[in-house]
Amino acid sequence: MTDQFAVRMVDITKSFGSILANNKVYLELRKGEILSLLGENGSGKTTLMNMLSGIYFPDDGQIYVNGREVTIASPHDAYRLGIGMVHQHFKLVDVLTAAENIALGLPGGAVVDRKAIGRKVRDICDRYGFVVDPDKKIYDMSVSEKQTLEIVKTLYRGAEILILDEPTAVLTPQETEKLFAVMRNMRNDGKSIIIITHKLNEVLEISDRVTVLRKGEYIGDMDTAKADARALTDMMVGRTVTLNIQRDEPVDPQRRLEIRNLTVKDKEGVTRLDDISLDVYAGEILGVAGISGCGQKELLEAVAGLQPTQSGSSVKYRPTGPEGPAEELIGQNPRTIAEKGIRLAFVPEDRLGMGLVANMTLVGNMMLKEYRSGKGPLVERRHPHELAEQVVRELEVVTPSIDTPVRKLSGGNVQKVLVGREIAMGPTVLMSAYAVRGLDINTSYTIYKLLNEQKKAGVAVIYVGEDLDVLLQLCDRIAVLCGGRLNAILDGRTATKEQVGYLMTNMKDMSGEEAGA
Amino acid sequence: MTQIISLLTSAIVFGTVILYGAVGEIFTEKSGNLNLGVPGIMYLGGIAGLATAFFYEMYAAEPVGWIGLLLSFIAAFAASALAGLIYAFLTISLRANQNVTGLTLTIFGAGVANLFGGSLNAMAGGVGQISVATTSRAYRAYIPALSGLGHVGQLLFSFGFMAYLAVAVALFASWFFNRSRVGLNLRAVGEDPATADAAGINVTRYKYLATCLGAGVSGLGGLYYVMDYIKGTWSTDGTIEALGWLAVALVIFATWKPARAIWSAYLFGVLYWAYNYITGLSRASIELFKMLPYVVTILVLVAVSLRRSREAQPPKSLGLSYFREER
Repeated sequence: MTDQFAVRMVDITKSFGSILANNKVYLELRKGEILSLLGENGSGKTTLMNMLSGIYFPDDGQIYVNGREVTIASPHDAYRLGIGMVHQHFKLVDVLTAAENIALGLPGGAVVDRKAIGRKVRDICDRYGFVVDPDKKIYDMSVSEKQTLEIVKTLYRGAEILILDEPTAVLTPQETEKLFAVMRNMRNDGKSIIIITHKLNEVLEISDRVTVLRKGEYIGDMDTAKADARALTDMMVGRTVTLNIQRDEPVDPQRRLEIRNLTVKDKEGVTRLDDISLDVYAGEILGVAGISGCGQKELLEAVAGLQPTQSGSSVKYRPTGPEGPAEELIGQNPRTIAEKGIRLAFVPEDRLGMGLVANMTLVGNMMLKEYRSGKGPLVERRHPHELAEQVVRELEVVTPSIDTPVRKLSGGNVQKVLVGREIAMGPTVLMSAYAVRGLDINTSYTIYKLLNEQKKAGVAVIYVGEDLDVLLQLCDRIAVLCGGRLNAILDGRTATKEQVGYLMTNMKDMSGEEAGA
Repeated sequence: MTQIISLLTSAIVFGTVILYGAVGEIFTEKSGNLNLGVPGIMYLGGIAGLATAFFYEMYAAEPVGWIGLLLSFIAAFAASALAGLIYAFLTISLRANQNVTGLTLTIFGAGVANLFGGSLNAMAGGVGQISVATTSRAYRAYIPALSGLGHVGQLLFSFGFMAYLAVAVALFASWFFNRSRVGLNLRAVGEDPATADAAGINVTRYKYLATCLGAGVSGLGGLYYVMDYIKGTWSTDGTIEALGWLAVALVIFATWKPARAIWSAYLFGVLYWAYNYITGLSRASIELFKMLPYVVTILVLVAVSLRRSREAQPPKSLGLSYFREER
């Protein structure tokens, strides 16, 4: 009976510190099938697969391969069991050639026989329809070539079970089609494949079966033939939870930021933000929803002057409403923006990397924003000192003293210090990314309250979030990003969780299909 | 002509010292470990070799050159590799900061070596008295017939065996990194340990072995300096340390390529000794000339950075420690 399963993972549990990444997860992979592992970011898909490929070791649970219970302590063990994983971040050495990368870690003679490798690579390519040049250096390769090489590498090592971690995230539609064709060839050849993804259309197109995870827990699985996008979305995002977050009607919202045709490409030339046009109003909270990595970071950083943009992009700042004077923010940096008197507060995702300096004290971190303002060669210490005391008092920061390095504070207190500092400058625009990530319930409500106070004070608030319940109950409007594009702007009062979840995973106008919104 | 031959000869002797240091350090750095303890390791190699030869010559009734050579060679390599082991344990197992650990090792090595060097001098009867003539002669032995063949003979065959060994080690290293399976795996460890790990390479073992063996090779530079360069004596003038830093500079100059390190080492030698062959230099300008190797290293760094050649870069994870479950 168990013989029909290539892999069974039972009651797998894994935690990182206090975060439970996988909680009693169940997964089965039948021989010769393509299984989609579906879930939002942070739902524990990659963690689960990393345990199957030997990168992490489970805290608890059993793994069966071909019906036999196994222990996978290292990637080497995984290869011995015929399991190969293509990671989202490619595991390739830049300065080596394709053939050399394939040879890494393999047993064999003292000298690497590049010709023999080249022959075998060509065999694999011919069999499944890949194109790989064994002598090409990795740094000369495109993303799609690298991915192809990764798959060839696992096949070269005799993998019968392949795991692909979000393989289409970096591919163009044409390349995705090619990948799917190759995947079907491999399945027809008897390989079992797991594809990690959060794109519903791909799940429906390529897989035979789908397993859904949510917040580290196993939700269920079903045959793809019986599934539809709506049912899968519901499984992914779950039931609506009432949070009782206060939300007042915006008072006299004035347009404060006009984002027009904002396009951002990363270092590899991949488009991260595609022609975004969006207005942000004073006195309201604009939510930004999307699977993580769909352009949220780039959007905030472009406004803050931290992100190079493509030409044609524009972000106009209007301090006194739509008819008042405008200031172009694109092409400026945080310093020039501040010097123009624009009070732009930014609570970034990476609190101790971008937001605060971990080794500096509370006072020192307060000083970072105003050290230039003092007269004379010495920094002015009194005001930051008072500010630190005020933040600690008003936000109930738990700290031994204001001279404690912030790295010694807990996550919630770090966030309070950061938000407190940003609010203290009396901002006109407040941007926050994942402001409550990792915080306990009480601290989260403190943050919501602070954001609401800012909204009431006429600040234009942008709230990038991942918890749809919070977005729906806190924000006045919700912009949904999907793969770097603006999919829809919804009214926070009428939108439903399913609707947002669906828009996050399905681009509305792709291939002429209308989303059932 | 004689002058040029003489310059080249001293350049090769000089170059051999730093070639050992550099090739050893290339081994280490290819595993992603930046060991700034090279000067200290060269010190340790030098003093271990000297002390071994000294006691052998003191206690053996009739010291035989090649036995002294063998013993001191092994002692020098072992002592240096041990220093590498200390560094490896601190940086790989305990994940201490590599720069701090390396610099500490340099200070430690210099201190230990000069302490024992001074003691040996005292035992031998006073400052500058120590001499391991028999062993040193064995190190400096060459084939007279070949070196007699005029200028060419002198240039090619007038050195002790360690000068040739250095070239052989460098050529072997070059083959090792580019052709051999183990060398390829080692490069992967230094470039991208997570990738190497995922490919089933034991990152910790590779780092340990490369760091210890690399330190062993670096230490031979100190041995060569003591036995050949200053002919089996000890001096506390700090020259070994200066040469050790030059070896580190040479790694950068050679852009982490052992074969390139060979001629680069000799070029450093020529630049360093050039002042001897230019007449009428004041003391101040002599020191300026001695600076030349460092100046050209900076120029190479500038040129490499400007060209952005992917092949001339340091190993990508150089200086970083690796922990598999880091998120």
